[in-house]
Amino acid sequence: MIGKKDLEHIGWLARLELSEEDKEKYTPKLNSILDYFGEIDKADTEGVEPLYHVLPMNNVFREDVPTRSLSQEEALSNAPKNQDGFIKAPRMM
Amino acid sequence: MASINELTERIHADSSEEIVAEYLERITNSRLNAFITVSKESALLQAQEIDAKGHDGPLAGIPIAIKDNISTKGIMTTCASKILTGYIPPYDAHVIEKLKNAGAIIIGKTNMDEFAMGSSTETSFYGPTLNAWDMTRVPGGSSGGSAAAVAGGEAPLSLGSDTGGSVRCPASFCGVVGLKPTYGVISRYGLISYANSLEQIGPFASSVRDVATLFDVIAGHDPRDSTSVKREGNYSPALENDVNGLKIGIPEEYFGEGIDRNVEKSVRDAINTLEELGATSMEVKMPHTKYALSAYYIIAMSEASSNLARFDGMRYGLRTEDHDWHTTFSHVRADGFGDEVKRRILLGTYALSAGYLDKYYLKALKIRTLIKQDFERAFKDADVLIAPTMPYPAFKIGEKIDDPISLYLADVETVPINLAGVPSISLPCGFSGSLPIGMQVIGKHFDEAAILRTAYTFEENTDFHKEGS
Repeated sequence: MIGKKDLEHIGWLARLELSEEDKEKYTPKLNSILDYFGEIDKADTEGVEPLYHVLPMNNVFREDVPTRSLSQEEALSNAPKNQDGFIKAPRMM
Repeated sequence: MASINELTERIHADSSEEIVAEYLERITNSRLNAFITVSKESALLQAQEIDAKGHDGPLAGIPIAIKDNISTKGIMTTCASKILTGYIPPYDAHVIEKLKNAGAIIIGKTNMDEFAMGSSTETSFYGPTLNAWDMTRVPGGSSGGSAAAVAGGEAPLSLGSDTGGSVRCPASFCGVVGLKPTYGVISRYGLISYANSLEQIGPFASSVRDVATLFDVIAGHDPRDSTSVKREGNYSPALENDVNGLKIGIPEEYFGEGIDRNVEKSVRDAINTLEELGATSMEVKMPHTKYALSAYYIIAMSEASSNLARFDGMRYGLRTEDHDWHTTFSHVRADGFGDEVKRRILLGTYALSAGYLDKYYLKALKIRTLIKQDFERAFKDADVLIAPTMPYPAFKIGEKIDDPISLYLADVETVPINLAGVPSISLPCGFSGSLPIGMQVIGKHFDEAAILRTAYTFEENTDFHKEGS
């Protein structure tokens, strides 16, 4: 069960601000979904390996050949705030 | 609905510009809300260029609609989210480069569930898309706009993406053909990620032949997607009107509780039709199907929580008033994402967090192994599997949107295919009243040829795909 405190913690981990109204609204729905997910506890997975990827691929290497990448102008073209060719971020602290 | 061949003839006789203008007019006059952005000027310009210079590509002068989570250079790409409204990609997705090389003309970007999270196209920031067969009903999702555009005659071809059924579901609800290829066959470069271990771009059209032609154009290796396999698209030769000796597996678990009786009857009748044409059928057991839905949603939400961390308001998208870093980041996301996206990010974050990783995420990945093994066993005996695409025909707008679980349950027949990474094509196989029913033909890894041939043979010998909405 996710309580209000848990939801605040998850919201922090996900960098998603939740209003009091959000918390009221989401808690029962999230819990009913988790309740449904409880179904998987019934599956016998003793000795079964997890499958991260459906194709038998490991590291994929390529030749280290430089190719054209986006220009600085293109890369910045969607940044809501930029200055002197840099993306402008809010202060860290 | 006009085929690629018919349109090509008309382009030679008249012009691409005329055809593009016709489709643009239909989009303008439509109430379906299938498009978020219509690229009228650039489409007409491209058409004029092809008319003037000629083009020998397989899709020369043919209009196509693109799901709004596939990056198109210079054309706004939003994922139907407020957070990306105004975002104009500085580059094309691999599939878009391939389409342009083939001479196709992008006429617009289609509506979808926000970040492809949904099965009804109701979670779009731009409002729901309507079903062309009954405007009180959903077109399915998440690629609802792409399917509705083809069904409504607003585009002869379109692209969607399928993470847990998002091409096949709307194909089924809209009475068109949609293909989810084997994982890795189409490059995901430029597809804005939701759950990258599950999703593939897939083609829509009004016939199996056109889907195969489009698939041939967009398939192929791309070093910019490390999961892309080294195969080129050459599937059209597989389209033979012949299922003699084909072994069809019928997974009984896909015909169980909750399946509409008309849907079940139509799909079983379709299997009978294929048997009359020379195929044989057998029952196959897929005992872990009942765990697929939960496992799918846990994996998809976990991957989503990580993939969507990139939306921070710095490099692109919405930016709110600046405070300190974490507060700004949290405000941008609170303001920019809709409810379903937030729910999935929160649950995915929870499933990956300390203390819950084993219980949810790892357990789901182990079930994924079992599901894949179910398919491997079934394909020892069967060449293809046939099942309903969706448990029921298109439901009413608003019917399920407030109850996430009932909406998730709609995906029960489609998600196992993505967990296993196998290909599946949905095509019309009947009607429930005035609403189309779709069946899916599922194949082995990289055996798109078998499912295309099966679907093509069914289509050649029936008339369901010819009925118009």
